[in-house]
Amino acid sequence: MTTREFKTVGTQVRRLDADEKLSGRAQFTGDLEVPGMAFCKLVTSPLPHARITRLDASRARALPGVYAVLTAAELVNMETHYGSDKKDRPVVAIDKVRFQGEPVAAVAAVDLATAEAAVELVEVEYEELPTVTGIDEALDPAGEPVHESNVCHEYSIGWGDVDAAFRECDHVFEDTFEFPMVYHYAMEPHTCIASYEPDRIRLWTSAQHPFLVQAEIARLFGRQLDQVQVVVPFVGGGYGSKSYTKIEPLVTALSREAGRPVRLALSVDEAMRTVRRHAARGTIRTGVMNDGTIVARDCVGYVDTGGYTDNGVRVTERFGDRMPGPYAMPNLRVKTYGLFTNSTPAGSYRSIGGPQAIWVCESQIDMIAHALGMDPFEFRVKNLVREGEEVRRGRRPIEGDLEYALRRVADEFGWDGWTPEPTPPGVKRGIGFACGVTNSGASPTSTSLVRFHADGSATVYIGSAEMGQGSRSVMAQIAAEELRIPYEKVRVVASDTSAVPWDRSTGSSRSTTLMGLAVHDAAIDIRQQLLDLAAEHFEAFPEEIEAEDGRASFKGESVAFAALVRNLFGGSGGELMGRGYVTPKHPSGKLRQDPVFWEVSIGAAEVEVDTATGEVRLLRYYSISDPGKAINPKQVEGQDEGAAMQAIGHTLFEEMLYEDGQLLNPNLVDYRVPVFTDLPDEFETVLIESGNGPGPYGAKGVGEGGIVCVAPAVANAVFNATGVRISTLPLTPERVWRALHEAGQASG
Amino acid sequence: MSEAQSLVEMTFELNGAPVAATVEPQTPLIDLLRERFGLTGTKRSCDVQVCGACTVLLDGAPVSSCTVPAFEARGREVLTVEGFAAGEDASPLIEAFVNNAAFQCGFCTPGMLLAAKSLLDADPAPSEETIKDYMRGNVCRCTGYKKIVEAVHEAAEASR
Repeated sequence: MTTREFKTVGTQVRRLDADEKLSGRAQFTGDLEVPGMAFCKLVTSPLPHARITRLDASRARALPGVYAVLTAAELVNMETHYGSDKKDRPVVAIDKVRFQGEPVAAVAAVDLATAEAAVELVEVEYEELPTVTGIDEALDPAGEPVHESNVCHEYSIGWGDVDAAFRECDHVFEDTFEFPMVYHYAMEPHTCIASYEPDRIRLWTSAQHPFLVQAEIARLFGRQLDQVQVVVPFVGGGYGSKSYTKIEPLVTALSREAGRPVRLALSVDEAMRTVRRHAARGTIRTGVMNDGTIVARDCVGYVDTGGYTDNGVRVTERFGDRMPGPYAMPNLRVKTYGLFTNSTPAGSYRSIGGPQAIWVCESQIDMIAHALGMDPFEFRVKNLVREGEEVRRGRRPIEGDLEYALRRVADEFGWDGWTPEPTPPGVKRGIGFACGVTNSGASPTSTSLVRFHADGSATVYIGSAEMGQGSRSVMAQIAAEELRIPYEKVRVVASDTSAVPWDRSTGSSRSTTLMGLAVHDAAIDIRQQLLDLAAEHFEAFPEEIEAEDGRASFKGESVAFAALVRNLFGGSGGELMGRGYVTPKHPSGKLRQDPVFWEVSIGAAEVEVDTATGEVRLLRYYSISDPGKAINPKQVEGQDEGAAMQAIGHTLFEEMLYEDGQLLNPNLVDYRVPVFTDLPDEFETVLIESGNGPGPYGAKGVGEGGIVCVAPAVANAVFNATGVRISTLPLTPERVWRALHEAGQASG
Repeated sequence: MSEAQSLVEMTFELNGAPVAATVEPQTPLIDLLRERFGLTGTKRSCDVQVCGACTVLLDGAPVSSCTVPAFEARGREVLTVEGFAAGEDASPLIEAFVNNAAFQCGFCTPGMLLAAKSLLDADPAPSEETIKDYMRGNVCRCTGYKKIVEAVHEAAEASR
C-alpha cells in the first residue's frame, strides 16, 4: 500500500466554534435560561474554622419571593458527602466549617436581589476553632485537626539503596523550595443550573468531566445513570478548576427543595473559595559524583490541600512522581504528604503537582551544576533518561529523545555563547534553563460514536468538554481524515451525557490522544462498512476499493458514499454508525502501561533584573511542545503559549495570601493575573513532532507542559544574572530585592 | 429592594437601532444588555473593571459594562459584540482572529474584539507596543496574548 497524504490532519482548519465564539452567539452555562428557573445565592462562613452552633433560616424562608433555603437539615434521603477520591465534602457544611467561604446554606429565590436579601436573614452562630494555616501548622502535632487528622494522604515511591548511595557519592546537596497557592481564574466562574424532577435530574454546568458529575449526582441522589443528564455548554476556561464535581451537588439539592430549576453563578470571589492550586514545599537531597553523575535522590514533599481533599490524593502522588525530574536515577526515595488546612480546597490545576515538582527539581539541578562548576545545560543532558528507558521503574518508558528536544530549544534560544547585551547600571541580565517530564493522560478510557448520514456528511459524538482547547475541531479533523470526506462535512456533538457515549474526563492533556483514538476507530469502523458496501456494488473485494473525497472507486469507476448508504436502506434515507472503544486493552497495544504518555516540558528564559527595585522582567521565553503529531499546529502552539503565560503569573506575582485563615486578596485587583504587557519580547514555542505517541497518527497530549518549566527557568536566570538564589515563589520585586539586599547585591 | 426607586427612563441607540428602557439607577449596563435585551455575548467575569470581558463600546469608546450604570447610555450609542459582528467592517478582525488562533474558550473574545475594534478605529496601524498598552485592560487566560497581538496586526494590514 502506498502512503496516503493527509488531507485535513496537520492543517489549520477553521475551528468549528469560530463563528459562534466570534459573534457573541456561543452559549456558556450562564447564558442559558431554563423556564421557571430560580436564582441562588450562597450563605458562606466568615470564619475559617468553626463549629456551627445555631442555624436558623426561618426569617429567610418567610421573605416573599424565596422558594427554599438549603441547610444541612435538608440533606435527608440522599448521600451527604462527595469527592473524587475521598468523599469528605458535605453538600453544605454539616456541624463544622473548614475554610472561610464554605457554603453553610443556599437560597433559591425569584431573582438575585431577593436571594441576596434572604442571605442576610439566615442566622448562623459559630464557635470559633483554632485555625490551621499553611504546611507548618498542619504538621504541628499539637495543632487543631481539620478532619480526624491533618494528613489527607501519604505517597511513596523508590528503588535502590539511597542511604548507601549517599554514603558513597562525592557530594550530597540538600535544599528546600516553596510554591505558592494560586488561583486558576477561569474567566467564567463556576456556573450550574440544576433541575431536580421526579423522574430525572438535569444539569447544565461548567464542568470538565460531565460523566464524572453524572455518576456523582446519581450516587448522591440514588438515581440510575440514565436518569441523570449532564449538559456542558461551552466552558469559559477550565485549567482544572472545573474538574470533577464542584457546585453541582449543592445546586441539585437546592433544586429539590425549591421544586424548580435553580441557577448558581459564582463570582470571582466565590470561585477563589471553590478551588485553587496546591501550595507545596519540597526538600530534595541529591547525591552526585565529581564528574556530574547523579546517583541518588531523596525527595520529601508536602502539598496543602486546604479544607477538603478535592483532588488532593492525586496531586500528592503526582507531586511525588514528578519531583525527581527526567533524570536517570539508580537510587530514589520519594515521600509526599497531602495536608489539610483551613483554606480553599485545592484540586486539579493544569499539570497537577507538576509546576511545584519541577520548581523543586530544576532549581536544585541548577544549584548543583553551579557548585560543580558545570554548565547547567550540559549537567542536565548528562543525566537525562535516554529514549526507551524507564523514567520511573515499572512504568512506561520515555517515548522520544529528550536530549534532542533539549538541544533544539537551546539552539533556537541561543544558549551556547550567549552574552548579555549592555544594560544600564544596576540592571543585570541572565539566562536560565529547566526541563521536566510529566506522567499524563489520566486513564485510557474513552468511547465515541460516529453517524454517517445519507448525504455523505457525518456527526461525531464525544464526551470531551470544549473549554478552549479546540477538541471539537481536532475530532472533526480525525473523523474527516478517516472517513475520507472533507472537514466541512463533519459536525460534532459534545458533552451531553444523554446524547454522547461515555468518556472519563477532559484534562491531563488526554483528549486528542484518547478521545481522538476513539473517534479514529469509530470513523474507521464506518469506512470499513463503506468499503464492504462498495465491494458489493462493484462485485470486488473490499481491499481492492479506493476511498477518497467521499467516493469509493474501483477500476476507474466510482460511487458516492452517500449513494452506498441510501442503496443499503433502499431509499432516500438511512445512515451508518461507527463505534470506537478505548480501553487499556486497545488493540494497538499502546495503552497497556501507565502513564498513557510522558509529556515533555522544557523552558529557556532570559531575564533582566533591576537590582534597585527587585523587578524581574522576562525578556525572552522559549518553550517546547511535542504533540507526537500536530493535528492542528496553531492550536498546539496556543495551548503551549497559554500555559506558559499562566506560569508567568505564578512565577512573578500570583499568590493567594492568607492570614489567620482569611483570604486577603479575593479579587482581580489584589490578585493580579498576566495582561498583554506581561508578554515577553520573544515568546516562542518550539514544535517538534516525535511521532511516537499512543494516539492517532502518533499523537500525544499537550497543553500542560508549557506551565511546568517557567518558574525554575526564570529563577535560574535570576541566579545567572545576580548570583542570588531565590527558593520561594512568586519572584515579586520585594522578595527579589530582599534576597539581593541580604546577599549584598542590591543597588541604589 | 422594595424601597421606592427613582426609575430612569431612557432611549439610546443599541447596535444601530433606537431602543427605549426603564432602569433603576444602580443597574449596571451589563444587566440591561444581557437581561433586558438578551445580548448575552457580553460576559460577566471580575465585576471590578479589571478583566474586560464585559467590554462594550459607548460612543465608540470601550467601557466595562459591569461597572458603568445603565443610565449612562442615555442618548448615546452602544455597540455590543452582536452588533459588531453583524457589521460590514467586522470581517477583517474576525478572520484575523480565526487565522491566528487568537481565541480559545471564547469568554474574553467579545470584549477583546470590541477593544481591538476601537483601537483600530483610533489607530489603523498600531505598533506592537501600542496594541499591548491599549489592550492591557482585557484579560485572556487561554491564549497567552501573542496570537491576539498577531491577529490585531493582521487585521490592521488587511483593512489598509
